Amino acid sequence: MNYTNSVKIALSALRRNKFRAFLTMLGIIIGVASVIVMLAIGQGSKKSIQDQMSGMGTNLIFAMPGGEQKGGIRMGNSDAQSMKLSDVEAIEKNCPAISDVSPEVRSSGQAVYGNQNWPTSIYGVNNKYFNIRKYTIGSGRSFTETEIQTYAKVCLVGKTVVENLFGLTDPIGQTVRFKNIPLLIVGVLGEKGENGMGQDQDDLIMAPFTTVQKRILAITYIQSIAASAASETQNEAAIQEITQSLRSSHKLKEGDPDDFQVRSQSEMVQMFSSISNIMTALLGAISGISLLVGGIGIMNIMYVSVTERTREIGLRLSVGGRGNDILMQFLIESVLLSVFGGVIGISLGIIATSITASVMNWPVVITTVSIVMAFFVCSAIGIFFGWYPARKAAGLNPIDALRYE
Amino acid sequence: MKTIIEVRSLKKDFYVGEITVHALKGIDLEIKEGEFVAIMGTSGSGKSTMLNILGCLDKPTSGTYLLDGVSMGELSKNQLAGLRNNKLGFVFQSYNLLSRTSALENVELPLFYDSRVKSKERRERAEAALEAVGLTDRMHHMPNQLSGGQQQRVAIARSLVNDPVVILADEATGNLDTRTSYEIMALLQDLNQKGKTIVFVTHEADIAKFMTRQVVFRDGHIIREEMVTNRNNAIELLKVLPVEEVV
Repeated sequence: MNYTNSVKIALSALRRNKFRAFLTMLGIIIGVASVIVMLAIGQGSKKSIQDQMSGMGTNLIFAMPGGEQKGGIRMGNSDAQSMKLSDVEAIEKNCPAISDVSPEVRSSGQAVYGNQNWPTSIYGVNNKYFNIRKYTIGSGRSFTETEIQTYAKVCLVGKTVVENLFGLTDPIGQTVRFKNIPLLIVGVLGEKGENGMGQDQDDLIMAPFTTVQKRILAITYIQSIAASAASETQNEAAIQEITQSLRSSHKLKEGDPDDFQVRSQSEMVQMFSSISNIMTALLGAISGISLLVGGIGIMNIMYVSVTERTREIGLRLSVGGRGNDILMQFLIESVLLSVFGGVIGISLGIIATSITASVMNWPVVITTVSIVMAFFVCSAIGIFFGWYPARKAAGLNPIDALRYE
Repeated sequence: MKTIIEVRSLKKDFYVGEITVHALKGIDLEIKEGEFVAIMGTSGSGKSTMLNILGCLDKPTSGTYLLDGVSMGELSKNQLAGLRNNKLGFVFQSYNLLSRTSALENVELPLFYDSRVKSKERRERAEAALEAVGLTDRMHHMPNQLSGGQQQRVAIARSLVNDPVVILADEATGNLDTRTSYEIMALLQDLNQKGKTIVFVTHEADIAKFMTRQVVFRDGHIIREEMVTNRNNAIELLKVLPVEEVV
């Protein structure tokens, strides 16, 4: 058999029915385009979550008090006062998988400058905290070790605070009051934007933890510990080490429950990724159904067209076409329909994706995998749904086919 | 003269439910190269069945059929298709042209199923066949832009394009008016003159008069077989045919 001829025959048969061919393809076009768009949106949201998470620091590990019991009564986390600076120092000493560790104390309230005020949070930290949370110093400087030791009334401010309190004034060298404590601004934090949950990461003030502890909150304990693993692969080890270190500095006996919790950012990343994976699969499945409907459309048209073109088939058989030639013609017709439809659908999907991206401002990612997959699925649909009608056509008796009215 | 078609005690039965229909009841027929044979008979006489078998579209129940020296009894379905492709040309009553396909492409059709013919040769042969039927200026017209007679000429060109040993025509003038019928007959007589063997099924006695021999079927038998004396010449008849007013 001559395949070039079969393709030529199939092509000219399709040309004779351009409009019908287009309508048949429409199902596939819409199916493929929606698969491409849906996958692009799914992949895009997954990637943007991952990006934002890693912007927060994928190596990030938090330890906070929790699960403490006093005489059989479980205490709420916020009341717990079980974490001390010594815990941080112990972690620093005992945990090789941890690169940086910082205590964290927080308070919220009004920040006041001149006649302006703004509700925000103050974070009491050490100067490794910037590294841990991936903050940069936009201008000015960080606080020094001496400033930490002397509870110095210094701070760094985030961009949102700057905008709301200072407008165009350079905040460095100015004094902002937080809960009536005047703090000298020594630096401005680099802009970080929103995090994955839509929280503004620039709406904060950072001060030495000692300053916040002693001058603002008047406490001696710390509220939580922020640390970063030396690398992402060492996350598990780092969590283990922190747990061990905290257990031993809290003098917990074997079998005692932890009086703290350790959480890592990568757990969050995994959780969000798996959510968006489910979403992607769901969207893909829905558009896959429309692709299936498109395939059935092809089968339907091919089937009808076998009946409609019975005399044509009879003629082809009578001038020397073999059953196999007829089979190939109809099969190639349906494969061409679905592959053409697929190519148009892919282009349309890419266009629709970029429109979605620019109009709705959604993050999108078109992967080569989804395009290649769509293409092969189309060919498979063509063969699968074209086979039955093609076999029916090939099995026709030439005499009956010629006499068919 | 070489024998093109040789049929010996050919029988064909059809089974319709419980009933067996004996369509052909032992046919002996010989057709030599260069003959123009009319196969005649009323409907149900078996002439269509005969043509199907001669056209290798159907197989006989018993008996032998030699086409150009090849016995078709032992051939497979695909081999029969090859035989139709190489040795036979069909002309049908209803033309059977592919719609929305140019005359040229319609004529090319049989050559598409012959893998030895390259596309350049295919085009040339189709053009030559259309020229032979006098349609050089209509090559790129679609069937619906052609008259009935022109469509039948395209069909004849299609039957010629593979240079068959015999052309089988089934009521080829059945859908045409007298003048156009005569024009088609003139074309076929001309082809016959040039050496083509033609088997023409018809029930019209005046059409059969254009041929060299008549074979008359009735109830599955050949009841009469005779050479045509005072054969009609289509060109001569066309000259005396009154020209109809074209409204």
